[in-house]
Amino acid sequence: MLVNQIAVFLENRAGRLQALAKTLSDAKVDLVSLNIADTSDFGIVRMITSDNKKAESALKLAGFTVKSNDLIGIEVEDVPGGLTNILLGLSEEGVDIEYLYSFAHTKEKKAIILFKTSDVEKALAILKKHNIN
Amino acid sequence: MNYFNEKIETMSREDMKALQSERLIDLVKRVYDNVPYYRAKMDKINLKPSDIKSIDDISKLPFTTKQDLRANYPFGLFAVPKKEIVRLHASSGTTGKLTVVGYTKRDLEDWAECGARSLAIAGCTNDDVVHISYGYGLFTGGLGMHYGSERLGAMTIPVSTGNTMRQIMLLRDFAATTICCTPSYAIFLAEEMEKANIKPSELSLKIGVFGAEPWSDSMRIEIEKRLNIKAYDIYGLSEISGPGVSMGCGDKFGLHVMEDYFYPEIVDVDTLEPLGDNEKGELVFTTLNKQGIPLIRYRTRDISELKHETCPVCGRTLVRMKRVQGRSDDMLIIRGVNVFPSQIETVLLGISGVIGSHYKIIVDRIGNLDVIEIQVEMSEAIFSDEVKSVEKVRKDVEHDMQSMLGIAAKITLVSPNSLPLSEGKTARIEDKRKI
Repeated sequence: MLVNQIAVFLENRAGRLQALAKTLSDAKVDLVSLNIADTSDFGIVRMITSDNKKAESALKLAGFTVKSNDLIGIEVEDVPGGLTNILLGLSEEGVDIEYLYSFAHTKEKKAIILFKTSDVEKALAILKKHNIN
Repeated sequence: MNYFNEKIETMSREDMKALQSERLIDLVKRVYDNVPYYRAKMDKINLKPSDIKSIDDISKLPFTTKQDLRANYPFGLFAVPKKEIVRLHASSGTTGKLTVVGYTKRDLEDWAECGARSLAIAGCTNDDVVHISYGYGLFTGGLGMHYGSERLGAMTIPVSTGNTMRQIMLLRDFAATTICCTPSYAIFLAEEMEKANIKPSELSLKIGVFGAEPWSDSMRIEIEKRLNIKAYDIYGLSEISGPGVSMGCGDKFGLHVMEDYFYPEIVDVDTLEPLGDNEKGELVFTTLNKQGIPLIRYRTRDISELKHETCPVCGRTLVRMKRVQGRSDDMLIIRGVNVFPSQIETVLLGISGVIGSHYKIIVDRIGNLDVIEIQVEMSEAIFSDEVKSVEKVRKDVEHDMQSMLGIAAKITLVSPNSLPLSEGKTARIEDKRKI
């Protein structure tokens, strides 16, 4: 499945992440997952929220630079080897992964894996072949 | 006292004025006859060479600026045929265009004389070993001090910049008594020596001749302590010749100007009216004896003061100029390199991933080394969820900046519309250095 994510540019100075979190809480948006890619000079926050559209407009209004895009999301069993099999399938077909992160549904004992790839169509086809949604 | 040219260095005021007058009259004739640009400028205000009868008439002459040099790039202000020019030097200019200066054989001899006098003012003689760590090349620092040192008869070691451990080895093995470099490099050298556990007593250094960037008295004290030497201030700019335009003897007020070659004036920054002794204003030079590219009333943009009394420390009568106290424009001097905000803006405007007109320049001195940070707004269009696309823009800016400025700058991308809109250029510059 495709999962919509929003990416936010974060300057490397104190208080920026807090400002971002406050903007979301003021807009009554709930965070589903939060991930930060950082360099020594800046960070990119990648997140999925309860309402990405609302989050995006609130953040833009607050002066943040925001882009939304789709990631491939897959549900895997929260057991050893859950990710390995999927990655094997993808690598065998030559699909590369730009980045990947995950979060866990504690209640359902399932993990959600999200990844970015340059070839979405191919990745989806491979996953379908392996009966993964 | 250790004079190199006692006659000039202790000349009476009347004799000096007579020499300056004679040279100015000749200079004005030469530029009027040979440089169309100067002739046009003088014709415009109806000034004839014959109106200049003594050095006191100098204020009748129009000023020359860096813009004039740029407008006549590269050779337009040369006053002799190209075949008489034997060397070129150049320094960075505002929009990437270099400021080019040409020297005749005699100009180089005069400059070497100034370098030799400068080293003598610091106490050097032909018994000394002079290690030169200014850059050799288009920059005037290296070659300028080099020929000055040779003229003095000192053993001259043309080391140029870089490879500090090798420099320390050479300093020790060749037993240099004098080092010429930027003051921040002197501090760096001291730090590297401490790291390598080499004590100043293992070297033979006694004298340091430091210039090409502004430095403070506290920095002088620190250098003297850490390297166990006496530190002296040398001043110069490539437009006028290079290092050796003036030189400090240790006197508290300032540096002796080689005024038989470079006639200094202080003018009011706003009105451009000449000011008297002990009045603060912009330093202006006229190159009285220069042939290649003589400059008349060249505005240095450096802020200083003059004092014409005989020096209580060394007895020289050469006018003293106060250590430069700032600039009347927005030029920054970073690790000895001239940096204009307009150069930075030019680079930024050429890169599509950033909003080139929205930037901020922060200069600081960390551990006695100048650092420059440029914050610039990233354009919204290039932002994506991937680090590499943002990082590429940052790297592009970093690379282009390095090749334009000649020094490394830290580039920080910030969000669009996050920098305050500037109310004039200086608002974009934060100089945290305490000089």
